[in-house]
Formats: sequence, C-alpha cells, structure tokens
Amino acid sequence: MAYRSVIPFGPQHPVLPEPLHLDLVIEDDRVLEAIPQIGFVHRGLEKLTEKRDMHQFGYIAERICGICAVGHSCGYASACERMLDIEVPGRVQYIRTILHELSRIHSHLLWLGLLADAFGFEALFYRSWTLREQILKIFESTCGGRVILSINEIGGLKHDIEDSELAGIVQTLDAMRPDYEALVHTFLDDNSCGERLHGVGVISKKDALELSMVGPFGRASGVDYDVRMFGDGAYADLAAFEPIVATDGDCYARCQVRCAEVTQAMDIIKELVDKIPHDGIGGRTKLTPADGARGEVVIEQPRGEAYYYVRGNGTKNLDRFRVRTPTSQNLAGLTHALQGVLIANVPMIILTIDPCISCTER
Amino acid sequence: MDHKMSRSPWVIHYDGSSCNGCDIEVLASLTPLFDAERFGVVNTGNPKHADIFLVTGSVNAQNLPVVRQIYNQMLELKCVVACGICACSGGVFRDAYNVIGGVDRAIPVDVYAPGCAVRPETVIDAIVEACGILDQKEAVMRAGGDPLTVGGAATWDGGVELGEGGFVAAGAGADDAPAGTSAAGDAPAAAKEGE
Repeated sequence: MAYRSVIPFGPQHPVLPEPLHLDLVIEDDRVLEAIPQIGFVHRGLEKLTEKRDMHQFGYIAERICGICAVGHSCGYASACERMLDIEVPGRVQYIRTILHELSRIHSHLLWLGLLADAFGFEALFYRSWTLREQILKIFESTCGGRVILSINEIGGLKHDIEDSELAGIVQTLDAMRPDYEALVHTFLDDNSCGERLHGVGVISKKDALELSMVGPFGRASGVDYDVRMFGDGAYADLAAFEPIVATDGDCYARCQVRCAEVTQAMDIIKELVDKIPHDGIGGRTKLTPADGARGEVVIEQPRGEAYYYVRGNGTKNLDRFRVRTPTSQNLAGLTHALQGVLIANVPMIILTIDPCISCTER
Repeated sequence: MDHKMSRSPWVIHYDGSSCNGCDIEVLASLTPLFDAERFGVVNTGNPKHADIFLVTGSVNAQNLPVVRQIYNQMLELKCVVACGICACSGGVFRDAYNVIGGVDRAIPVDVYAPGCAVRPETVIDAIVEACGILDQKEAVMRAGGDPLTVGGAATWDGGVELGEGGFVAAGAGADDAPAGTSAAGDAPAAAKEGE
C-alpha cells in the first residue's frame, strides 16, 4: 500500500540560496501536491516610500533584489519619469538597456551554474560562474559596484559611460563567446546533462497560458511573450527582435531558452553600442508630482515580466509604490510542475523556474 | 594572516531577509576567481557539519526562529559571520516595518562583514578572522573553559526576546500549522526559545 506523508522542504536548503518553504505531500516517492509558504524575506519595502523621498527611494528600489538590481532601478526610475512627464535623452535609455541586458547575461549565467550544481555537475557550475565574473568586472569598471550599480537617477544617469568603455564592453563580450559556446555545448549536447533534464517537470502550452506564466519559464512552454518585443525605449531601435521560444516545456527547454537568450542579449548590446546617440545623460530633476499623478511601466526582467506602479501625492514622497515581479506569477506554475514528479527531481524543478524570492516578497 | 589556519572551516549559509546580492557574493567567494575553497572552505547544507554560520540579511519575525534553530543545531566550536550591512545592522531596510534589525538581534555574532553588497574579498577576510576565533575557542575548551566567553557571545546583549502572543510569537506559531512532520521539527526550537 502506498504510504502518504508530508515532507517540509526548506527554508534552509542547499540547492536554494534563498529561503522558500514547500510542504511536499508525497505518496511513496511521488509528489502529489506542493504547498508553498513564503514570507521569510519580507521587509516591507514598499511602505518605506513614506519615510524616504523619491530620489532616496531609488536606492531602496534597486535593493529589491541583488540579481535583477539594474532592472528594478530602471523600472522605478522610468515609472517615476512617466509620472513626472520627463522625457529622458536617448543615450540614457540606451545605457540603461545595455546595463539591463548585461544583467540578463549575468543572471542567466548564474542560473546555469546553479542548475549544474543542482544536477551534481560541480565543474560546470564553476565554469559558468567564472564566465559570469567577466560581466561583474564590466559592472565594476564602469559603475563601481559588482552587484548594486546605483547609476540610475530619476531624470537621467549619475554618470556617463564613455564610448571607449562601451567598445570595451563589446570586446569583452566577443572574447567571451567561444568560452560561452563551449559551455552551452556541454549543457545542451552532453549526455549526462540531457538525461537529467529531458522530460522533467513538463508544462504544456495550455497550462502555461492558464497559469499566466511569464519569462523564460513560460517561453519554454511555447508562450510567445516577451515585453521587449513591444519595442519600448531603446528596444524600438533594434533592427529585429524575436522572443526565443521552445516547445517542449521541460527542464531541457528552459535551459535551451536561457542559453539562447544570453547570445541574444550579447547581440542586442552590440547593436545598441553601434547606434548609441550623444544627447547628454540628463540629470536630477525637481520633484513636483501632481496629487494623484500616476506612472506605470512594464519591463522584461531576466525572470520575466515585471510591472512597476508609482503614485504621487503632491509631496516629495510617493503615495504608493508597487511592483509585481515575475516569480510571484511563476509560483503557480511551480506548484503545477511539481505535481506527480519524483522527489529526487524536486530541487531541479524548483530551480528551473529561477525563483527570486526576495523580489517576490520584497 | 597573523595566525595559522589550523582547520578547513565548513560553512553553512542562510539568507535571512537579504536582497540576494550578498548571497551571490558569498557563493562567488567560493568559486574559482576568489576561490575560498583553496583554504578548505566547503559549503555544506547541514548545520551539524558546519563550523561557521554565514548569515546574510536582517532578521524578521518569520525567519528569527529559523536563524536561532540553525545556530542551536550547530555544535561548539562555532562562529557566526554577519555578511553584509543588512546582517550587521539592518542597513537601508532598518526602518522598514518588518525588519527587527541585524542578525545580532537573534544570535551572537562573532565577525561583522559590512558592505552592500558584501565583497567576496570581505567574506574571505571574515572567514579567516572567524577561524582565529575558532582557534581561541578551542584553546579555551581544551583548558576546560566555556567557549561562550570568547568572541561575540561574551558581549552579546541577548537580542530580541520572543514574547508570548507578541508579533514574533505569532509568526513562529504559523510555522506549526501546515503539517505534523514540521511541527515535530520545530518543537526543539520552541523549547529553546522558551528558555
């Protein structure tokens, strides 16, 4: 007779750098149901707008998450700019987009490393993270920080990134490509990786649409949706942009999508550096939002669609700041993907949605 | 380094309520560019195996019992490193409503490693310093003394008490609700919190 029990998974677990608690209802070694419990990382960040003014809050918004930090600060700054009706120069949009795409590369390489770690390929983990260090080196030499860059300001940038530095970025990325291709070759073509990834945690396109999955997790199930394809800001000037989609919906497809997105991001950066305008970097503006003025913005984070909302109340403090992050969308998909899998596959399936708990809980 | 490293310190990492920035830097310090593993630093998932507890992020009502539980499960000799400014003092989030403060509100901290995010070099420095404290603790224990007279525990003010029916206790109680198995795991921690 099948034996039924509940296994608590997390919050402290070696596969996750972050605390996520799941109650796994299992029968023998199959998972029947996964009940997530979050709240370990909640800081109450959105309410800090009452204590910090709009410029100060930019630093807080950037610290929503240390992996997608650039995206959060871009999202917050552009939402505020929309609320205040500020038109930022093209160069600002370009540099923000370049940094955002660089952070996508670093985030995906980080994820690839963690994936390798989850299926027990330690050397591959180290190789991915060594490659990732080159991106962090670019961040450090252009902005001064490895993780938190603090370059965005409402109305512009704190400092420019010179054309010579931008050319250096492209050079570094070009030099990375052979190493990266070798890495991807191992992930996608090596038998020991493929065996562990194929057919694990499958989600069909229908389910993915019903569960409103976003980002690479949704695109791996065939959901043809990427915020970048709407051509907002600097993305409008790209010659072409096609979201990267896979159809299998298993762990392998998710790996495939992210591998291809890194190359895509490298191409985007190269194209934008070629086209970058020279119309100044804007600067700090006076904060006078009208009472009830609102600004909204949607951007494509490494993990998927993120929505930012700000509302002013006539003072220098915001009335409301709200973020909807990709992981909070994808948690429903995670619990769905975990139904009926073997308990040995649980850590890897949790990892393939690339959960970002500190974004979700803020 | 003014002392020899007499051991390969195994570390356990827990993310309090960090933004991930410090977590990835703690992991990065173990990977080949910074390579703390050359000192024998191994990341383990089991508190019983670990010598050094690396905590990132501040503590709140929900994770305070978890941090205490991991600390209590670790065996002496043990050392706690607060990685990043949030773990040291609460950092930029210290005024947020769900942040109690630095990790020293929950457990005694031996080494404070500041930075936002903490740099891998700082993490390695802190681990090396923690090794020195482990050596001191060992000397005290061999002489028949109490290891809690060395390092952060000697001057610790006790942190936050978990009040009966208070905000913190309410968060801890919610942990027991979902499953019978997890309630059994929480029981020792609850007993210790009662002390």
